[in-house]
Amino acid sequence: MGEHYYQEEIECAPRERIIGIQNEKLKRQVKNVWDNVPYYRKKMEEKGVSPDDIQTIDDLKKLPFLSKADLREAYPYGLVARPLKECVRIQSTSGTTGKRVVAFYTRHDIDLWEDCCARAICAAGGTDEDVCQVSYGYGLFTGGPGLNGGSHKVGCLTIPTSSGNTERQIMFIRDLSATILCCTPSYAAYLGESMKEMGLSPDDIPLRAGIFGAEAWSEEMRHDIEKTLGIKAFDIYGLTELSGPGVAFECSEQKGMHINEDHFIAEIIDPDTQEVLPEGSEGELVFTAIDKEAFPMMRYRTRDICMLTREKCSCGRTHVRMCKPKGRSDDMLIIRGVNVFPSQIETVLLNNGYQANYQILVGRVNNTDTLDVMVEMTPEMFSDDVGEIEKRQSKLVADLKSMLGIKANVRLVEPKSITRSEGKAVRVIDNRKI
Amino acid sequence: MSVNQISVFLENKPGTLNAMTGVLRDGGINIRAMTVSETKDFGIARIIVNDTYQATTTLKEAGFVCSLTPVVVCKASDVPGGLNGILKIMSENGINIEYMYASISAKDVKDACFVFRVTDTKGAVSTLNASKIHVVMEDEL
Repeated sequence: MGEHYYQEEIECAPRERIIGIQNEKLKRQVKNVWDNVPYYRKKMEEKGVSPDDIQTIDDLKKLPFLSKADLREAYPYGLVARPLKECVRIQSTSGTTGKRVVAFYTRHDIDLWEDCCARAICAAGGTDEDVCQVSYGYGLFTGGPGLNGGSHKVGCLTIPTSSGNTERQIMFIRDLSATILCCTPSYAAYLGESMKEMGLSPDDIPLRAGIFGAEAWSEEMRHDIEKTLGIKAFDIYGLTELSGPGVAFECSEQKGMHINEDHFIAEIIDPDTQEVLPEGSEGELVFTAIDKEAFPMMRYRTRDICMLTREKCSCGRTHVRMCKPKGRSDDMLIIRGVNVFPSQIETVLLNNGYQANYQILVGRVNNTDTLDVMVEMTPEMFSDDVGEIEKRQSKLVADLKSMLGIKANVRLVEPKSITRSEGKAVRVIDNRKI
Repeated sequence: MSVNQISVFLENKPGTLNAMTGVLRDGGINIRAMTVSETKDFGIARIIVNDTYQATTTLKEAGFVCSLTPVVVCKASDVPGGLNGILKIMSENGINIEYMYASISAKDVKDACFVFRVTDTKGAVSTLNASKIHVVMEDEL
């Protein structure tokens, strides 16, 4: 089977053509934000930049950055570039109080987002002959709606199972002969384990490809999933800020993810100096959404540490490739697909009367992330009554759950037992082998 | 007259009791009675020592979290019904026991000691005193 494209003409376009498209769309987008987003216009004015200064993508570096802090400050409507009557949808991140991102879409924005997802499905070999089961969550999370739309565009028979209810998932895969599975890699691994427990071998299920994203996963995990499900597993990358999954996706070569450059311009910067780094350097990934109408992110700092390559890919696509993100330039943790900041955990501890002597342990058991918070006991929180201590512990667990959106185990430890380096407690120990 | 029991927070892992008793040994403290209650992750060691003030100071300096809890310590003859004699009085007077523990005594020692954590310490002490039960004072430890 030869390489399969959704929009071959643009996916395999010569570099000059892609750059031509980027130049044109960038100019238009800069005018769009200048005219319609006072928040960003002020940033441009402060930097002494006007739309006339941006003629080609080489001028991109003159523009100010946007970060998560800007999204917070401008929440909810401050970065919306279209009248609300033209917006038809919002999606939102799994983030919690204060960190939540709400992104807006016009019809055009949804259309291009679904195109991106369709490209990813075709790159995984998908055609209108396929049955595509979307086991990402549907709702505010972008995973379900994005791949659902992409699957429709490709013409796959789409099974919108959403996440959860593992037995039903497996039943649909078998009864309806699903050939493509879209979900988080940890859920794919879980489905694989469940099938094994049900006595099913990869030969018993018709799946042949999977498109997995929204959380970090390793090559080892890819091999595990491929073996237990008997499929080829493809990576997909995206951020709600930029639309959702499909910003970049893997082709059959699986040597990095092609960024949809006709919609997004990628840069790599030094996170400290904010200087743009030459191709091949490792640094923070920055995206400019040049084709989005309602929520145009300009030089948005993803905090993902990454590398880009324009080396020719034998799949035929000419769009730049990004490696799997190697980590974060801030202290954000992604646990079970949910963004977790140590500062959120600290806030809950202090609100509960504990001190800020804690350690966050992240691990992975059976391909599922685990989160343990070790908290040092204090004289104030100690009691001779075991029940009382456990009551406080349960309250802490409940408060963490409502702050983070995922469950954390709390372990009470003796004072000064948390590892300190140069007097400062080591806050996060991430034992996941990714 | 109640006795102050020291409750010490310990993690449920090997070596913690050794560390705590080592600190007490180095401080020249003699443990007279002890019990440990545990959950999955942590435990509380409850001890009665010969010098409560010295012991708490030493433990706190060594970084342990501890607190004082008033308990009632009673002495009774180490014979069948010895403990029951005390419990009967407590029961009849509506004294609620939250937890209790006993110290094993050697065969040639005539008395046994029991430690009671009760809801109303003061009331329990006066009831037991009135019933001629030997309530142990701090300076007898």
